[in-house]
Parts: sequence; C-alpha cells; structure tokens
Amino acid sequence: MTLSAPDTFPKLLLKHARLRPDRPANREKDCGIWQSWTWAEVGAEVEAFGCGLFAMGFRRGDKLAIIGDNRPRLYWAIAATQALGGVPVPIYQDSIAEEMAFVFDHAEVRFAVAEDQEQVDKLLAIKERCPRLETVIFSDPRGLRHYDQPFLVNYATVQQRGREFAGDNRDFFRGEIAKGSGGDTAIILYTSGTTGRPKGVVLSFDNIIVTATNAIVFEGLTDREEVLAYLPMAWIGEHIFSYAQAYCAGFCTSCPESGATVMLDLCELGPTYFFAPPRIFENILTQVMIRMEDAGWAKRKLFHYFLRVAKRVGLPILDRQSVSFVDRLLYWLGDVLVYGPLKNTLGLSRVRVAYTAGEAIGPDLFIFYRSLGINLKQLYGMTESSVFLCIQKDGEVKPDTAGPPIKGVDIRIADDGEVLFKSPGAFQSYYRDPEATVETKRPDGWVHTGDSGFFDGDGQLKIIDRAKDVGRLEDGSLFAPKYLENKLKFFSWIKEAVVFGDGRPFVAAFLNIDLEAVGDWAERRGFAYASYQDLAAQDTVYDLLQSCVEQVNRDLAAEPAVAASQIRRFLVLHKELDADDGELTRTRKVRRRIIAARYQPLVEALYSGRPTGRIETEITFEDGRKGRMRAELAIRNVATSLPAVEPVVSEKPPPQLSPVDTGEGGTRVSGRVGADIGASC
Amino acid sequence: MPEKRIGEPILTAEQISLAFGGITALNAISLEIRRHEILAMIGPNGAGKTSMLNVINGFYHPQAGTITWKGETRGHMRPYHAASQGIARTFQNVALFKGMTTLDNIMTGRLLRMRRNFLWQMVYFGPAEREELEHRAHAERIIDFLEIQTIRKTPVGRLPYGLQKRVELGRALAMEPELLLLDEPMAGMNVEEKEDMCRFILDVNDEFGTTIALIEHDMGVVMDISDRVVVLDYGRKIADGPPDEVRTSPEVIAAYLGEQR
Repeated sequence: MTLSAPDTFPKLLLKHARLRPDRPANREKDCGIWQSWTWAEVGAEVEAFGCGLFAMGFRRGDKLAIIGDNRPRLYWAIAATQALGGVPVPIYQDSIAEEMAFVFDHAEVRFAVAEDQEQVDKLLAIKERCPRLETVIFSDPRGLRHYDQPFLVNYATVQQRGREFAGDNRDFFRGEIAKGSGGDTAIILYTSGTTGRPKGVVLSFDNIIVTATNAIVFEGLTDREEVLAYLPMAWIGEHIFSYAQAYCAGFCTSCPESGATVMLDLCELGPTYFFAPPRIFENILTQVMIRMEDAGWAKRKLFHYFLRVAKRVGLPILDRQSVSFVDRLLYWLGDVLVYGPLKNTLGLSRVRVAYTAGEAIGPDLFIFYRSLGINLKQLYGMTESSVFLCIQKDGEVKPDTAGPPIKGVDIRIADDGEVLFKSPGAFQSYYRDPEATVETKRPDGWVHTGDSGFFDGDGQLKIIDRAKDVGRLEDGSLFAPKYLENKLKFFSWIKEAVVFGDGRPFVAAFLNIDLEAVGDWAERRGFAYASYQDLAAQDTVYDLLQSCVEQVNRDLAAEPAVAASQIRRFLVLHKELDADDGELTRTRKVRRRIIAARYQPLVEALYSGRPTGRIETEITFEDGRKGRMRAELAIRNVATSLPAVEPVVSEKPPPQLSPVDTGEGGTRVSGRVGADIGASC
Repeated sequence: MPEKRIGEPILTAEQISLAFGGITALNAISLEIRRHEILAMIGPNGAGKTSMLNVINGFYHPQAGTITWKGETRGHMRPYHAASQGIARTFQNVALFKGMTTLDNIMTGRLLRMRRNFLWQMVYFGPAEREELEHRAHAERIIDFLEIQTIRKTPVGRLPYGLQKRVELGRALAMEPELLLLDEPMAGMNVEEKEDMCRFILDVNDEFGTTIALIEHDMGVVMDISDRVVVLDYGRKIADGPPDEVRTSPEVIAAYLGEQR
C-alpha cells in the first residue's frame, strides 16, 4: 500500500464515491424488490447521519453501539461514527438484556442505533442500569409510535438534522474525516467469550485495512464481487467480509430481506464471494438431502449417481489435475443435469471464493461442496488477528487444515503446542482490561491464540482444539474433545455433542439430536413423536445414534493418537443446548465447562455405570422468562473397536470387538424419559 | 401511551332479528361499533356471534331491524356491496385459494380497488401497468407488515394453519377496510401464534386506524386486546361494556358457568 492510500474507512468511502460513484455499494431487499444505493449515495447518507450525530452532541472518542440485523443503515452508522472519530461497538442482535447491559457499561456507550422495536425494548430495559447511555436512535419506526421517551430518535430525523447542519457547514464532514488516521481505533468488537465475560477487542484502521487488503490481493478480489451480509454484525468475520473488504475493494454488499429469507435472497443474488460457518453448509446439505428423499425415483437415482461421479472426479478437476476423458465427459454431463441446477437453487453458482471457518468442517461435507465445483476453502483467524492468519491456496486445499500463513503473518508453535502469531492485524488491546491484554499479547510481540495445533508436512496449519481443552485420560492418553465432538457432529442426525474424558477412565458423550433431520427420519419410518424431548428419548433414535457413535469409534481406532478416546457411553439430552441458557456461545460453540457443571448429575451417571440419569435444569425462554425442566435420560453403552494394528496374518480389517467395559455394551438399556416443563413467569 | 381516539359509531345495528325456520339466531339485538375501537363479541357456542357478523357484512338478511353504516341506513345488501364500502372479513374456517401463492391471495384482496377492466389488464400497458405496480406495492407493504416475506411465493395450501390465518388477515387488509370483521382469528393456534396474532391485530388498529370487530373464545385474548366487549347468549345481547365491567357481570358469569341454584 502506498503512503497516499486512504488509511481509514471514511476516506475509502470518499474515494469510492469519487472513483465509482454509480457502482452499487449496498443493496437491500425491501417490499420484495432489491433497492440499491450507489457509492455516491452511500457517501451522502453517511454524511447526513454523521452530521446529525454531531449536531446531537456526538464527539470524537464517543462510542456508538449498533444492534440489529444486517441493514445498510446500520453499516452507514458504522462509517459515520468512524468519520467523526468515534468508535462503533456492534452488539449481537440476539443478546439478552443482561449481556447487553454489560457491554454498554463496559464500553461506556453514549449513543446507540437500534434496528427496531425489539431492540429498542431491550435498550429501554437496561437504560436505568446504563447511566451513560443518552440517546437511542431507531431505524424502523414500526410499533414505536407511542413511545414518548425523549431520548428516542428516528434515524431519518437524525439524517434530516444532519442535512440541515451540513447545509450550514459545507466542509465540516470532510474536515472531520481528514482528522482521522490509520492508527486510530476503528472498532471495538466484543468476543462472544467461550469462557467468562466478553472482552472488547480494540482494532485500529491499520489492523483491519492492511489485513483485509492482503487477503483481497491473495484472492484477486475486485470491485465486481457480490456479497450477502447475513451473519451477525458484531462478529469480526462479518465486519471484514461485508464492510472492511467491501470498502477496501469497492464491491457491493447486499442485505437480506429478513433473517428467515437468507436462502431465497442468496439464490436471487448469486454472490461471488461467500462465507459461511460449517453449520450453515451443513444445514444446506441436510435440506438438500431431505428434499431429494421427496423427489421421484428417477431424479433420486440421477442425483445419487452423479454425486458419486462428483465425489470421484470433482476434486481433481477443481484442482486442475489430469482426469480421463470419459470422467470429464461424465462430470460435464453431471454439471448440466445435477450440479449446475443444484448450485443455482442454492445461490452458489457464481461463487469464485467461498470460505468456511470458526469450527472444523466435516471432510465429507467439505468434499461434497468442492466436488460440485464450488471453490470452498478454509481459513484460520480470530477477532484478535482481524481474521486472516492462514488461507488455503487454490489447488492446495485439504479438508482438515487451515492453509499456510498469508503475507505479513508470522506463526510459531509454542513448546506446549499453542499457536502464536505476529501480524499487522494483531489487535491493539482488550478494552479496559490491561491484564488480559498482556496475557494474550505478550511484550515480545507474539499473540497467544489459545489454540492447539501444528504444521503438517506441506506447511499448512492444522488446529486440533483449544489448548486449554486438550486433556488426558486417566491412563495418560491424549484427549482432544473438540476433535471427537466434530466427528460426531458430522452426522446429520447429531446437532451438538459434548464429550467428557479429561482425568476420567474413558470418554463419554452428551448428544443433541437435530430435530429436523431426526424428525424427518422418524416420520419416514412412521414413528410418532410428540415433542423434542419425546423424540430424543425414543429407543429407535437411541439405536440410530448408537450406530453413529460406533462408526466414530471405528474411525478413531484407525488413528493411533486418539484410539484411546473411543466413546464408551453416551446419552441423548432432552433439550437443545442453547445460547440463552449460556450453554453455547452466541456463535454456537459449546461451553463445555458450563455444561459439565449444569448437567453434573448426568456426567456422574455416565461414569457410574447406571442405566439412566436424572436431571432438573432451569431453562430460559426466548422472551427471557425462566422455567424448569425435569427428565430422566437413558444411557447407552457403545462397542469400541480395536486399534488398527499392523497387518499380521490376515489382510482383513480388524474385527470389531463387542462390549469392553461393562459386559452389556451395545444392548438396549431401557428407561423412558419423563420430561415436563413447568413455566414460572 | 396516549389515549386512543375512539370516535362516533361507524356502524349501528338496531333491533336485528334473524331466524332460520323455527330457530331464532338473533333476537332483537342492538349494538354499535365505534370508529377506531376493537370490539369483541363473545358468547357460548350457538349464541349468534357469527350470524351477527354475517348480518353486518350483508351475507344474511335479517327479518327485522336496520343497519346504519356511516350514517346511511341500508336496505337489502350483498356482501359485495359491503366489501366495496369498506367492510372486510376473515372466516372461522380459513377460506383462501389454496393453490395460489400468498402474494396472489393478497392481491385478490385488491380486486375491488382495481379500476381498469380485465381487458386493460391483459394488455398490461400504460395505466394498467402502473395500477398493477401500485397494487403490488400495497400487497408488499402488507407482507412486510405481517412478516410473511418467506412465504411470499409459497402456495397457501402448503402453509401451516397459523400462517394461513395470517395470510387471510393480509387479504382482508389489502382491501384497506374501514371495518375489519375477524371470525375467531386465533382458533386452533398455539400460544406463540396467538401472541403474534394479537400483536398484529393491535398494530392494524393502531397503525392503520382500522376499526375491528372480532369473535374470540380465548378470554385472555379478549380481555387483553379489546376496548369493549359484547356478550351474546341464545341470540340475545346480555352485556355490553369495557372488559372489566363485563367480566364481573353476573349474567355473563351465569351464561358461561351455568346458573347458580
């Protein structure tokens, strides 16, 4: 980057408004029609809002919280805040009031922009506890007509005041933008926090712009890309893909009509650059498979035949390796008949670069998408590194690595296996938390990621787990819980899995069924069920999951390092693990410790050899009310497999062992669930 | 919340009597519906609630009594006339076009507002095109209002019951009615769907200023959202007043719980 290049997002905005005034910068589907704003229009909208904020008393260094779904107006609020030298603080839109109150208080927020009545209601609920919060600006006035609090202001009103202000002070906004520089704080992002309270990660313009630009160059992104902004705005990935890179490269960011219409909007828009965490790719695949089950006989045959073709030759073709003419022809035919239409329905036909990250992705899942010709790749990064640390190169993509470090990034593996990095994107500090900052970003410049990993033979980084989560079984063998959980979750029936084993004699697991997939499976077989709890407790469902666990055990047996981690006992939880109950983070990662504490009696039961476990838990409904839920859950024993031994006599795969631990492994343990909910409001 | 402006009566029914053969469905009922209010009609099964709605929108013709709509006393009237004069309704059993999409169903609600005849519309040119776009925009505003964007293009026959009810409300709203008659809008819904529907009814009343008369069995809902409650029993009106007053009326308690001996 040359010295004269714009070093803040507002400066980049001015640049695009000048260079490509008529190119679309934002789109939003409103009333069924895509509305677009050009860069010049976005420039004007941002100026109007920024000037309005200033007129209302927003000053350099003030914080502005942003809460809501992805909406152009909220993105403009970010740019406007940055233009005035303020700091935007996006907040997860599904946070409950308590979590919000913590962030508001910690970040000393004075202004907030809320999308709609739902968010305004939450802010009103915490207003008392956050004395610094002065003004709440709302974007969608629906349902707010009778709210007469003086501190509530309509977004349009702010812009109107801004236009009047700008009319009297023509050069004010540009002057404010010119005062900013690359070293200033661009944004504070609160990490969802796998443990404890969220931490506010402070990132400078230099951090984000340099990293985003490096990745743009790496992938050859242009101003013609199309991106759909549908992930939470408070998440660094969303901020980078839909805001930072869009401003750096000048491409267009589109916002879906609503959270529920994302798949439809994706299909209409056909993005060229796409990011989704593994669970979304998983959901899409589950949907496709369920719908294919409903298709006619011929279509189903065709579909499965060509999927097999793709599985065999799709990857070599995508990686530009040599493939026989017949296979090429078959693949081409498959593309015309199956892959093309499928990709079109999913909205992925124009994708040039697709990323997945955040969690390990199942090899089958990953290969499925790649074999269809979608350039799906993995990357490694985190909020503290402005995302990009490693990206897989085209043609060198593997399902279980995260690729080599990108330009400017230095990665070192510590002696205990922890991944350390130095990068231009390395965060400034944790906001108002110098202790945590020093702990993570050491004085020698290395940032400790807390992830455990290693480089494989090709110099690609492989992450196995959080360093603090990697433990040992009682006999000293390695126990990497996430590795096991991921293997379990790769089955479409299993939505979440939590495994235990650190300091224990063997590995045991909690499973969550995927209501959609298992429900459909049950329906097809004519099993009646009344509710989630009822379905989860059915013996047939237990049988189904048992076969999955057994398959995992066979896979584990083939890998010497983890062969000891085979799962001996499991149970199916009566409720879905939920972020509202604190069991998952907002990005849907399991909080193993919290779950272990909450379901202590069940963990005990798993290790006691008893056939059932009894539990009573408190649950939080979506509207914040609490209720109690009681259940008695069956526990199953699972057969383990022998470690893959060097072939001695026979060439057959090792025989499967039947029960090892209690002598009744694999047999059905009876016990119905008596689960009931009592709501106490 | 500032006080709602409930205005003068928009519809007055006087001494309405309706009989089918020997069965008296309505017996000299008088009631009025005031502008901007939400009026609930309750009563045990067979009390004559739906008959009353049918009389109001011209589907049944009472043997005796008069109905005055916006100051105009009307004689024989067909539902078509009622609709064109700003009275819309939904039905106890969902009555949508099952094979048509949500959007198309809502567009049918615009039919009465279309000025060009079908020949014009077939040509789809000039004024007809502009008109179609205008109506579509209105339908889309309703879709947005009822938060049913995801099912815009889904045939309604494939939708769950709760959503079908919502689409039906959407179609009624598409007529931009002054008076909206809802026949058991929440029957057969679960708690969450009921809460949603209540929210929508209140929002319609509030945002569009539509007067609403509804029949509902769920007392919690009735007491929560209505400004006034009329209680019918065996074709007679036994109570009429604010929810709190009606709730304590001995006659109403008797009708619902049985006479004390």
